[in-house]
Amino acid sequence: MIGAFLAVVRRDLALSLGAGGGAGLGVVFFACVITVVPFAIGPDLVLLARIGPAILWIGALLASLVGLERLFASDVEDGSLDALSLSVLPLELTAAAKGVAHWIATGLPLVVAAPVLALMLNLEPTAIGAVTLTLLVGTPAVTFLGLVGAAFAGAFRRGGLLISVLVIPLTVPVLIFAVSATTSAVTGPIPFGTPFRVLLGLTLFALVLGPVAAGAALRVSRG
Amino acid sequence: MNLAKIEALHGERLSCQRGFKLLFQHLDFVAHPGRALIVLGPNGAGKSSLLRIVSGHLAATSGAIRLEGMDNDTAMREQIHYLGHEDAIKGGLSVADNLGFWRKVLGPNGIGVEDALEEVGLGGLGRLRAAVLSAGQKRRLAIARLLVSRRPIWVLDEPTTALDVKAQAWFAAFGRAHLAEGGLIMAATHAPLDLGETDELRLGAPL
Repeated sequence: MIGAFLAVVRRDLALSLGAGGGAGLGVVFFACVITVVPFAIGPDLVLLARIGPAILWIGALLASLVGLERLFASDVEDGSLDALSLSVLPLELTAAAKGVAHWIATGLPLVVAAPVLALMLNLEPTAIGAVTLTLLVGTPAVTFLGLVGAAFAGAFRRGGLLISVLVIPLTVPVLIFAVSATTSAVTGPIPFGTPFRVLLGLTLFALVLGPVAAGAALRVSRG
Repeated sequence: MNLAKIEALHGERLSCQRGFKLLFQHLDFVAHPGRALIVLGPNGAGKSSLLRIVSGHLAATSGAIRLEGMDNDTAMREQIHYLGHEDAIKGGLSVADNLGFWRKVLGPNGIGVEDALEEVGLGGLGRLRAAVLSAGQKRRLAIARLLVSRRPIWVLDEPTTALDVKAQAWFAAFGRAHLAEGGLIMAATHAPLDLGETDELRLGAPL
Protein backbone atom coordinates (compact mmCIF):
# COMPACT_ATOMS: atom_id res chain seq x y z
CA MET A 1 0.00 0.00 0.00
CA ILE A 2 2.88 2.36 0.80
CA GLY A 3 4.47 1.36 -2.49
CA ALA A 4 1.28 2.28 -4.34
CA PHE A 5 1.04 5.59 -2.47
CA LEU A 6 4.62 6.51 -3.35
CA ALA A 7 4.02 5.40 -6.95
CA VAL A 8 1.13 7.87 -7.28
CA VAL A 9 3.25 10.65 -5.73
CA ARG A 10 6.16 9.88 -8.04
CA ARG A 11 4.02 9.68 -11.16
CA ASP A 12 2.24 12.97 -10.48
CA LEU A 13 5.56 14.66 -9.71
CA ALA A 14 7.12 13.33 -12.91
CA LEU A 15 4.09 14.53 -14.89
CA SER A 16 4.01 18.03 -13.42
CA LEU A 17 7.77 18.55 -13.52
CA GLY A 18 8.01 17.10 -17.02
CA ALA A 19 7.43 18.97 -20.27
CA GLY A 20 4.05 20.74 -20.32
CA GLY A 21 3.33 19.81 -16.73
CA GLY A 22 2.91 23.39 -15.59
CA ALA A 23 4.63 23.10 -12.19
CA GLY A 24 6.37 26.45 -12.68
CA LEU A 25 3.16 28.32 -13.43
CA GLY A 26 2.19 28.93 -9.81
CA VAL A 27 5.55 30.31 -8.73
CA VAL A 28 5.74 32.56 -11.79
CA PHE A 29 2.27 33.90 -10.97
CA PHE A 30 3.39 34.45 -7.38
CA ALA A 31 6.52 36.33 -8.50
CA CYS A 32 4.46 38.49 -10.88
CA VAL A 33 1.99 39.50 -8.18
CA ILE A 34 4.71 40.38 -5.65
CA THR A 35 6.76 42.24 -8.24
CA VAL A 36 3.95 44.57 -9.32
CA VAL A 37 2.70 45.37 -5.82
CA PRO A 38 5.52 47.85 -4.93
CA PHE A 39 4.85 49.68 -8.19
CA ALA A 40 1.17 49.91 -7.40
CA ILE A 41 1.62 50.98 -3.76
CA GLY A 42 4.31 53.52 -4.47
CA PRO A 43 7.59 54.24 -2.66
CA ASP A 44 6.20 54.15 0.86
CA LEU A 45 8.61 51.70 2.52
CA VAL A 46 6.85 51.75 5.90
CA LEU A 47 3.50 50.90 4.34
CA LEU A 48 5.08 48.15 2.21
CA ALA A 49 6.69 46.54 5.25
CA ARG A 50 3.40 46.68 7.12
CA ILE A 51 1.25 45.05 4.41
CA GLY A 52 4.07 42.88 3.00
CA PRO A 53 3.18 39.63 4.83
CA ALA A 54 -0.46 39.97 3.79
CA ILE A 55 0.51 40.57 0.15
CA LEU A 56 2.82 37.55 0.21
CA TRP A 57 0.07 35.39 1.61
CA ILE A 58 -2.57 36.59 -0.86
CA GLY A 59 -0.15 35.89 -3.70
CA ALA A 60 0.71 32.45 -2.36
CA LEU A 61 -2.95 31.57 -1.77
CA LEU A 62 -3.96 32.43 -5.31
CA ALA A 63 -0.84 30.80 -6.76
CA SER A 64 -1.68 27.58 -4.88
CA LEU A 65 -4.96 27.37 -6.77
CA VAL A 66 -3.24 27.53 -10.16
CA GLY A 67 -3.28 24.11 -11.79
CA LEU A 68 -5.65 22.55 -9.28
CA GLU A 69 -8.48 22.23 -11.78
CA ARG A 70 -6.44 19.81 -13.89
CA LEU A 71 -5.45 17.65 -10.91
CA PHE A 72 -8.28 15.13 -11.27
CA ALA A 73 -9.71 16.30 -14.60
CA SER A 74 -6.77 14.92 -16.56
CA ASP A 75 -7.13 11.53 -14.85
CA VAL A 76 -10.86 11.50 -15.48
CA GLU A 77 -10.42 12.26 -19.18
CA ASP A 78 -7.84 9.60 -20.00
CA GLY A 79 -9.49 6.85 -17.94
CA SER A 80 -6.75 6.78 -15.31
CA LEU A 81 -9.21 7.52 -12.53
CA ASP A 82 -11.29 4.44 -13.44
CA ALA A 83 -8.21 2.26 -13.01
CA LEU A 84 -7.02 4.22 -9.97
CA SER A 85 -10.31 3.66 -8.21
CA LEU A 86 -9.70 -0.10 -8.49
CA SER A 87 -6.24 0.31 -6.98
CA VAL A 88 -5.10 -1.25 -3.73
CA LEU A 89 -5.30 2.28 -2.32
CA PRO A 90 -8.65 3.65 -1.18
CA LEU A 91 -9.68 6.68 -3.23
CA GLU A 92 -9.03 8.92 -0.22
CA LEU A 93 -5.36 7.92 -0.09
CA THR A 94 -5.03 8.29 -3.84
CA ALA A 95 -6.35 11.84 -3.46
CA ALA A 96 -3.90 12.44 -0.60
CA ALA A 97 -0.99 11.17 -2.70
CA LYS A 98 -1.98 13.48 -5.53
CA GLY A 99 -2.19 16.32 -3.02
CA VAL A 100 1.31 15.61 -1.73
CA ALA A 101 2.72 15.58 -5.26
CA HIS A 102 0.85 18.77 -6.15
CA TRP A 103 2.18 20.55 -3.06
CA ILE A 104 5.79 19.49 -3.74
CA ALA A 105 5.49 20.67 -7.34
CA THR A 106 3.62 23.95 -6.74
CA GLY A 107 3.51 24.76 -3.01
CA LEU A 108 7.11 24.15 -2.01
CA PRO A 109 8.53 26.47 -4.72
CA LEU A 110 6.34 29.25 -3.26
CA VAL A 111 7.90 28.72 0.18
CA VAL A 112 11.38 28.81 -1.33
CA ALA A 113 10.65 31.92 -3.40
CA ALA A 114 8.98 33.83 -0.56
CA PRO A 115 12.16 35.02 1.30
CA VAL A 116 13.60 36.42 -1.94
CA LEU A 117 10.39 38.15 -2.93
CA ALA A 118 9.94 39.45 0.62
CA LEU A 119 13.02 41.66 0.11
CA MET A 120 11.11 43.58 -2.54
CA LEU A 121 8.44 44.39 0.03
CA ASN A 122 10.99 45.78 2.52
CA LEU A 123 10.32 43.08 5.12
CA GLU A 124 12.70 42.86 8.07
CA PRO A 125 14.45 39.53 8.79
CA THR A 126 12.05 38.54 11.59
CA ALA A 127 9.07 39.10 9.34
CA ILE A 128 10.73 37.18 6.48
CA GLY A 129 11.37 34.22 8.78
CA ALA A 130 7.85 34.31 10.16
CA VAL A 131 6.12 34.59 6.79
CA THR A 132 8.24 31.77 5.33
CA LEU A 133 7.45 29.55 8.28
CA THR A 134 3.72 30.25 8.03
CA LEU A 135 3.84 29.56 4.29
CA LEU A 136 5.62 26.25 4.92
CA VAL A 137 2.92 25.23 7.35
CA GLY A 138 -0.06 26.89 5.67
CA THR A 139 0.32 26.12 1.95
CA PRO A 140 -0.23 22.35 2.47
CA ALA A 141 -3.55 23.25 4.07
CA VAL A 142 -4.50 25.33 1.03
CA THR A 143 -3.52 22.53 -1.36
CA PHE A 144 -5.38 19.85 0.58
CA LEU A 145 -8.52 21.99 0.92
CA GLY A 146 -8.12 22.60 -2.80
CA LEU A 147 -8.38 18.84 -3.41
CA VAL A 148 -12.12 19.10 -2.70
CA GLY A 149 -12.60 21.70 -5.41
CA ALA A 150 -10.29 19.77 -7.74
CA ALA A 151 -12.39 16.63 -7.28
CA PHE A 152 -15.59 18.47 -8.20
CA ALA A 153 -13.90 20.21 -11.12
CA GLY A 154 -12.74 16.81 -12.38
CA ALA A 155 -16.19 15.34 -12.15
CA PHE A 156 -18.20 18.23 -13.55
CA ARG A 157 -15.71 19.55 -16.11
CA ARG A 158 -16.26 23.12 -15.00
CA GLY A 159 -12.71 24.03 -14.11
CA GLY A 160 -11.38 27.17 -12.55
CA LEU A 161 -14.53 28.99 -11.54
CA LEU A 162 -15.78 26.15 -9.37
CA ILE A 163 -12.40 25.81 -7.64
CA SER A 164 -12.19 29.49 -6.69
CA VAL A 165 -15.77 29.61 -5.44
CA LEU A 166 -15.47 26.39 -3.46
CA VAL A 167 -11.96 26.62 -2.10
CA ILE A 168 -11.27 30.27 -1.27
CA PRO A 169 -13.92 30.47 1.48
CA LEU A 170 -12.45 27.35 3.09
CA THR A 171 -8.97 28.85 3.10
CA VAL A 172 -9.95 32.12 4.78
CA PRO A 173 -9.15 30.86 8.34
CA VAL A 174 -5.70 29.72 7.16
CA LEU A 175 -5.07 33.16 5.68
CA ILE A 176 -6.25 34.97 8.84
CA PHE A 177 -4.12 32.98 11.27
CA ALA A 178 -1.04 32.88 9.02
CA VAL A 179 -0.99 36.65 8.56
CA SER A 180 -1.80 37.37 12.21
CA ALA A 181 1.05 35.05 13.27
CA THR A 182 3.44 37.01 11.09
CA THR A 183 2.14 40.34 12.35
CA SER A 184 2.45 39.28 15.97
CA ALA A 185 6.03 38.09 15.34
CA VAL A 186 6.92 41.62 14.26
CA THR A 187 4.77 43.94 16.34
CA GLY A 188 3.11 41.84 19.02
CA PRO A 189 1.32 42.09 21.36
CA ILE A 190 0.20 38.44 21.14
CA PRO A 191 3.12 35.96 21.05
CA PHE A 192 3.84 34.40 17.65
CA GLY A 193 3.04 30.94 18.99
CA THR A 194 -0.66 31.57 19.67
CA PRO A 195 -1.96 32.15 16.13
CA PHE A 196 0.77 29.84 14.76
CA ARG A 197 -0.55 26.91 16.78
CA VAL A 198 -4.04 27.54 15.48
CA LEU A 199 -2.55 27.54 11.97
CA LEU A 200 -0.88 24.19 12.68
CA GLY A 201 -4.21 22.82 13.86
CA LEU A 202 -5.98 24.09 10.73
CA THR A 203 -3.34 22.39 8.60
CA LEU A 204 -3.72 19.05 10.36
CA PHE A 205 -7.47 19.40 9.99
CA ALA A 206 -7.13 20.07 6.25
CA LEU A 207 -4.66 17.22 5.72
CA VAL A 208 -7.26 14.75 6.98
CA LEU A 209 -10.48 16.40 5.84
CA GLY A 210 -9.33 17.36 2.32
CA PRO A 211 -8.60 13.85 0.98
CA VAL A 212 -11.65 12.33 2.67
CA ALA A 213 -13.94 14.99 1.20
CA ALA A 214 -12.24 14.73 -2.19
CA GLY A 215 -12.67 10.94 -2.21
CA ALA A 216 -16.33 11.31 -1.33
CA ALA A 217 -16.80 13.96 -4.00
CA LEU A 218 -15.21 11.74 -6.63
CA ARG A 219 -17.40 8.80 -5.67
CA VAL A 220 -20.66 10.71 -5.56
CA SER A 221 -20.24 12.91 -8.57
CA ARG A 222 -19.01 10.40 -11.14
CA GLY A 223 -21.40 8.21 -12.98
CA MET B 1 0.32 -15.92 -7.09
CA ASN B 2 -2.82 -18.00 -7.39
CA LEU B 3 -6.00 -16.24 -8.21
CA ALA B 4 -8.39 -15.81 -5.34
CA LYS B 5 -11.14 -18.39 -5.58
CA ILE B 6 -14.24 -16.81 -6.99
CA GLU B 7 -17.16 -19.12 -7.51
CA ALA B 8 -19.47 -16.79 -9.36
CA LEU B 9 -20.31 -13.18 -10.05
CA HIS B 10 -24.01 -12.45 -9.66
CA GLY B 11 -25.95 -9.48 -10.87
CA GLU B 12 -29.26 -9.37 -9.07
CA ARG B 13 -32.25 -7.44 -10.41
CA LEU B 14 -30.09 -4.63 -11.72
CA SER B 15 -31.71 -1.54 -13.12
CA CYS B 16 -30.00 1.45 -14.60
CA GLN B 17 -31.52 4.78 -15.40
CA ARG B 18 -29.46 7.53 -17.01
CA GLY B 19 -31.32 10.81 -17.00
CA PHE B 20 -34.86 10.03 -18.15
CA LYS B 21 -33.78 6.95 -20.05
CA LEU B 22 -34.27 3.54 -18.48
CA LEU B 23 -31.49 1.42 -19.97
CA PHE B 24 -32.40 -1.91 -18.41
CA GLN B 25 -34.60 -3.14 -15.63
CA HIS B 26 -34.51 -6.15 -13.28
CA LEU B 27 -31.55 -7.65 -15.08
CA ASP B 28 -30.23 -10.91 -13.63
CA PHE B 29 -27.06 -12.59 -14.75
CA VAL B 30 -24.40 -14.87 -13.42
CA ALA B 31 -20.82 -15.18 -14.67
CA HIS B 32 -18.83 -18.29 -13.86
CA PRO B 33 -15.07 -18.69 -13.74
CA GLY B 34 -13.61 -20.39 -16.78
CA ARG B 35 -16.42 -19.24 -19.03
CA ALA B 36 -16.60 -15.74 -20.44
CA LEU B 37 -19.85 -13.79 -20.25
CA ILE B 38 -20.29 -11.71 -23.37
CA VAL B 39 -22.63 -8.73 -23.18
CA LEU B 40 -24.32 -8.09 -26.51
CA GLY B 41 -26.66 -5.41 -27.68
CA PRO B 42 -27.05 -2.46 -30.04
CA ASN B 43 -25.33 0.88 -29.43
CA GLY B 44 -26.90 2.69 -26.53
CA ALA B 45 -28.39 -0.46 -25.00
CA GLY B 46 -26.44 0.05 -21.77
CA LYS B 47 -23.53 -2.37 -22.20
CA SER B 48 -20.94 0.11 -20.96
CA SER B 49 -23.18 1.25 -18.12
CA LEU B 50 -23.65 -2.37 -17.05
CA LEU B 51 -19.90 -2.97 -17.04
CA ARG B 52 -19.30 0.23 -15.08
CA ILE B 53 -21.86 -0.92 -12.54
CA VAL B 54 -20.19 -4.34 -12.26
CA SER B 55 -16.77 -2.76 -11.76
CA GLY B 56 -18.13 -0.33 -9.17
CA HIS B 57 -17.67 2.88 -11.16
CA LEU B 58 -21.37 3.58 -11.40
CA ALA B 59 -24.10 3.02 -8.84
CA ALA B 60 -27.00 0.91 -10.06
CA THR B 61 -30.41 2.53 -9.79
CA SER B 62 -31.51 -0.64 -8.05
CA GLY B 63 -30.18 -4.16 -7.57
CA ALA B 64 -26.80 -5.41 -6.47
CA ILE B 65 -23.61 -7.11 -7.57
CA ARG B 66 -22.56 -10.05 -5.45
CA LEU B 67 -19.38 -12.10 -5.52
CA GLU B 68 -19.71 -15.70 -4.41
CA GLY B 69 -16.75 -17.36 -2.77
CA MET B 70 -14.74 -14.22 -2.12
CA ASP B 71 -12.94 -14.00 1.18
CA ASN B 72 -14.11 -10.99 3.08
CA ASP B 73 -10.66 -9.58 3.75
CA THR B 74 -10.15 -8.37 0.22
CA ALA B 75 -12.14 -5.44 -1.08
CA MET B 76 -14.12 -6.11 -4.24
CA ARG B 77 -12.25 -3.35 -6.05
CA GLU B 78 -9.02 -5.31 -5.61
CA GLN B 79 -10.48 -8.31 -7.44
CA ILE B 80 -11.45 -6.48 -10.61
CA HIS B 81 -9.62 -5.26 -13.67
CA TYR B 82 -11.60 -2.77 -15.70
CA LEU B 83 -10.53 -2.05 -19.25
CA GLY B 84 -12.69 0.77 -20.53
CA HIS B 85 -12.78 2.87 -23.68
CA GLU B 86 -9.91 5.02 -22.50
CA ASP B 87 -6.44 3.55 -22.23
CA ALA B 88 -5.37 5.30 -18.99
CA ILE B 89 -1.98 6.16 -20.45
CA LYS B 90 -0.01 9.32 -19.71
CA GLY B 91 1.69 10.58 -22.86
CA GLY B 92 4.30 12.43 -20.83
CA LEU B 93 5.71 9.26 -19.27
CA SER B 94 7.66 6.49 -20.92
CA VAL B 95 5.94 3.27 -21.94
CA ALA B 96 7.70 1.30 -19.19
CA ASP B 97 6.95 3.97 -16.55
CA ASN B 98 3.26 3.90 -17.47
CA LEU B 99 3.08 0.14 -17.04
CA GLY B 100 5.34 0.14 -13.96
CA PHE B 101 3.02 2.66 -12.34
CA TRP B 102 -0.05 0.46 -12.87
CA ARG B 103 1.87 -2.56 -11.65
CA LYS B 104 2.61 -0.85 -8.31
CA VAL B 105 -0.81 0.73 -7.93
CA LEU B 106 -2.91 -2.29 -8.91
CA GLY B 107 -0.77 -4.77 -6.98
CA PRO B 108 2.55 -6.12 -8.28
CA ASN B 109 1.62 -9.80 -8.39
CA GLY B 110 1.79 -10.49 -12.13
CA ILE B 111 4.67 -10.76 -14.57
CA GLY B 112 7.34 -8.06 -14.76
CA VAL B 113 7.05 -4.91 -16.86
CA GLU B 114 9.62 -5.96 -19.48
CA ASP B 115 8.03 -9.40 -19.90
CA ALA B 116 4.57 -7.91 -20.20
CA LEU B 117 5.71 -5.45 -22.88
CA GLU B 118 7.29 -8.39 -24.73
CA GLU B 119 4.01 -10.33 -24.45
CA VAL B 120 1.87 -7.59 -25.96
CA GLY B 121 4.36 -6.91 -28.75
CA LEU B 122 5.84 -3.69 -27.40
CA GLY B 123 9.21 -5.23 -26.52
CA GLY B 124 12.08 -2.75 -26.87
CA LEU B 125 9.75 0.27 -26.83
CA GLY B 126 9.86 0.69 -23.04
CA ARG B 127 11.90 3.89 -23.06
CA LEU B 128 9.76 5.62 -25.65
CA ARG B 129 7.40 8.38 -24.56
CA ALA B 130 3.89 6.91 -24.58
CA ALA B 131 2.60 9.93 -26.51
CA VAL B 132 4.23 8.66 -29.71
CA LEU B 133 2.45 5.29 -29.64
CA SER B 134 -0.29 4.60 -32.19
CA ALA B 135 -3.86 3.94 -31.07
CA GLY B 136 -3.36 0.18 -31.42
CA GLN B 137 -0.09 0.28 -29.49
CA LYS B 138 -1.72 2.27 -26.69
CA ARG B 139 -4.43 -0.37 -26.54
CA ARG B 140 -1.77 -3.06 -26.23
CA LEU B 141 -0.15 -1.12 -23.40
CA ALA B 142 -3.53 -0.88 -21.66
CA ILE B 143 -3.99 -4.64 -22.07
CA ALA B 144 -0.52 -5.23 -20.58
CA ARG B 145 -2.02 -3.85 -17.34
CA LEU B 146 -4.05 -7.06 -17.06
CA LEU B 147 -0.84 -9.07 -17.14
CA VAL B 148 1.37 -7.17 -14.67
CA SER B 149 -1.25 -7.37 -11.94
CA ARG B 150 -3.21 -10.60 -11.54
CA ARG B 151 -6.85 -10.22 -10.63
CA PRO B 152 -9.57 -12.84 -10.90
CA ILE B 153 -12.23 -10.72 -12.63
CA TRP B 154 -11.69 -8.96 -15.94
CA VAL B 155 -14.35 -6.49 -16.98
CA LEU B 156 -13.65 -5.55 -20.58
CA ASP B 157 -15.45 -2.89 -22.60
CA GLU B 158 -14.74 -3.31 -26.31
CA PRO B 159 -11.24 -4.61 -25.52
CA THR B 160 -10.09 -5.21 -29.09
CA THR B 161 -10.84 -1.74 -30.48
CA ALA B 162 -7.93 -0.53 -32.65
CA LEU B 163 -6.13 -3.87 -32.41
CA ASP B 164 -4.94 -5.54 -35.62
CA VAL B 165 -5.91 -9.11 -36.44
CA LYS B 166 -2.74 -10.58 -34.99
CA ALA B 167 -3.07 -8.66 -31.73
CA GLN B 168 -6.71 -9.73 -31.48
CA ALA B 169 -5.53 -13.34 -31.65
CA TRP B 170 -2.98 -12.67 -28.87
CA PHE B 171 -5.60 -11.03 -26.80
CA ALA B 172 -7.91 -14.03 -27.21
CA ALA B 173 -5.03 -16.25 -26.08
CA PHE B 174 -4.50 -14.11 -22.93
CA GLY B 175 -8.23 -14.32 -22.26
CA ARG B 176 -8.35 -18.11 -22.69
CA ALA B 177 -5.31 -18.53 -20.42
CA HIS B 178 -7.01 -16.37 -17.80
CA LEU B 179 -10.18 -18.45 -18.02
CA ALA B 180 -8.18 -21.68 -17.83
CA GLU B 181 -6.65 -20.50 -14.54
CA GLY B 182 -10.11 -20.07 -13.09
CA GLY B 183 -10.47 -16.41 -13.93
CA LEU B 184 -13.70 -14.72 -14.83
CA ILE B 185 -14.30 -12.49 -17.86
CA MET B 186 -17.22 -10.23 -18.55
CA ALA B 187 -16.91 -8.39 -21.84
CA ALA B 188 -18.98 -6.16 -24.07
CA THR B 189 -18.12 -6.46 -27.70
CA HIS B 190 -19.40 -6.29 -31.26
CA ALA B 191 -16.55 -8.30 -32.73
CA PRO B 192 -16.24 -11.97 -31.74
CA LEU B 193 -13.49 -12.42 -29.14
CA ASP B 194 -12.73 -16.11 -29.70
CA LEU B 195 -12.70 -17.00 -26.01
CA GLY B 196 -13.95 -20.57 -26.47
CA GLU B 197 -17.29 -21.51 -24.94
CA THR B 198 -19.06 -18.37 -23.79
CA ASP B 199 -22.32 -17.36 -22.17
CA GLU B 200 -24.27 -14.51 -23.66
CA LEU B 201 -26.17 -11.69 -22.03
CA ARG B 202 -28.32 -9.82 -24.49
CA LEU B 203 -29.43 -6.28 -23.71
CA GLY B 204 -32.39 -5.11 -25.71
CA ALA B 205 -33.00 -1.75 -27.29
CA PRO B 206 -33.66 0.97 -24.67
CA LEU B 207 -37.22 0.79 -23.37
